[in-house]
Amino acid sequence: MVRSRCCTNSPSSFRNQYDNDISTFSPHGRLHQIEYALEAVKQGSACVGIKSDRFVVLVALQRQGGELASYQKKVVKLDGHMGISFAGLTSDARVLSNYLRSECMRHKMTFSRPLPTYRASHRYGSRPYGVGFLIAGHDAAGPHLYEFSPAGNCLDYVAHAIGSRAQSARTYLEKHVAEFATSSVADLIRHGLGALRETMPSDKDLTVENVAIAVVGVTENPSDEATIAAFPHMRKEDGFVAFHALSREEVDRHLKAHQQTAGTGAAAAGGDAPAAAAGEAMDTSE
Amino acid sequence: MFAQQAPAMSAGPAGTASSHAIQHRVSPYEDNGGTSVAIAGEDYAIIAADTRQSEGYLINSRYAPKAFQLSESSVVSCCGFYGDATALVTYLKQQMEIYQFNHDKPMPTPALAQLLSITLYRKRFFPYYVHNILAGLDAEGKGCIYNYDPVGSFERYKYQASGSGVALIQPFLDNMVGFKNTSLQDNPPFLPLDKALQLVKDAFTSATERDIYTGDQVEIFIITRDGVRKETYDLKKD
Repeated sequence: MVRSRCCTNSPSSFRNQYDNDISTFSPHGRLHQIEYALEAVKQGSACVGIKSDRFVVLVALQRQGGELASYQKKVVKLDGHMGISFAGLTSDARVLSNYLRSECMRHKMTFSRPLPTYRASHRYGSRPYGVGFLIAGHDAAGPHLYEFSPAGNCLDYVAHAIGSRAQSARTYLEKHVAEFATSSVADLIRHGLGALRETMPSDKDLTVENVAIAVVGVTENPSDEATIAAFPHMRKEDGFVAFHALSREEVDRHLKAHQQTAGTGAAAAGGDAPAAAAGEAMDTSE
Repeated sequence: MFAQQAPAMSAGPAGTASSHAIQHRVSPYEDNGGTSVAIAGEDYAIIAADTRQSEGYLINSRYAPKAFQLSESSVVSCCGFYGDATALVTYLKQQMEIYQFNHDKPMPTPALAQLLSITLYRKRFFPYYVHNILAGLDAEGKGCIYNYDPVGSFERYKYQASGSGVALIQPFLDNMVGFKNTSLQDNPPFLPLDKALQLVKDAFTSATERDIYTGDQVEIFIITRDGVRKETYDLKKD
């Protein structure tokens, strides 16, 4: 393979010579192509995942291509028990989603049981995929939240965020991590929205258009009236709530609830406090 | 399937066997019997199949359903070789899941009808040994029935029977649902759901009397715009 020799400006940076090919290590032992792919993930709009003892919740920011454009769908269902949210190259996300959907089906056909969450994995072509996933799933071992990065690593999380300014979201999540295990679904969503809000510039806000929420898990009391009303998708025999994206009305309800709790104190100040907090969070991450 | 007609060894004079080659055959197919009936109405579709599975004079199971619900609006029955029936239904269910992923809505019955046809013809030279009937609601919400041959030729009907009892039931349906050869045949009246249901039950009890492969139980699926309802009735077990 003929490679054109780019000039290296400094002897300590070998990037240009060793970054053309996924299978070429740099002298420092790094695969630059994968690091570049990780950068692509950081360009995508943020998504947040949080799990409790029974549920996993994904909350994602949907970017709009322009004033006249639609909002990019960020939540993809893979199977009844599993779904993803992603950050990075949308086309790569679509290719991988289709692949994972067929893997879920293939596994179900071969083994007569749903694909366990940790078994879903990237497949590699000529380049790494420029997209990171948060995979939310529920199987016999309970709820799971995994991150799949272009590096091919599959990491287990209690709560996580990826994408643009995700560090601000992660800071929020770290602050509240002790609450998650016993939180209700509504509280998990509230925290997800809170974490997501941290990744946004102060002049923008979460709306029913730019937020996607998805849920999967098992309720505690499937025969309870309130539970049946709260989870129309729930399977009555065992309380299993299949992976699904929340409807516009449900997202709106959660947003309003979040604005009420987050806005206390700040509402009177006319939005100064949340703006300052967001600004602070952005400073620490940049 | 495997206990096939083994050709007799030809023997020569006492004690000596013949030396010419004998071909052994194994058929990949088996007829597991059973009957199915379907009726399409103004705003409903009924499809029913018995649950007996047999091989020759043996009964394999008294409860092996032949009608499968594929969605909130489609039910398919598959009479013939049970192995091919279950394989076909598994494939159709997967295709419907893919349709839901790609189109963000459940697969409507007319689309499924076309899919089933091309699926069957794809195995034109090693067919699914099943006679299918697909029942559901069309785009206008009217009941629709599609009848298939093993390689995918299909047509929409108002009523149809298939399986081992087809010859016993089809003429009965022609007369009672199509009003053929009656004074009403040019202007057949509207058939309400409860009457159609009673006809289906009678069709099965009658077929059970004379057809040895039909009996044990019948599962009747009633498809309306509110979804799919299933009713089960006992049939004679002899």
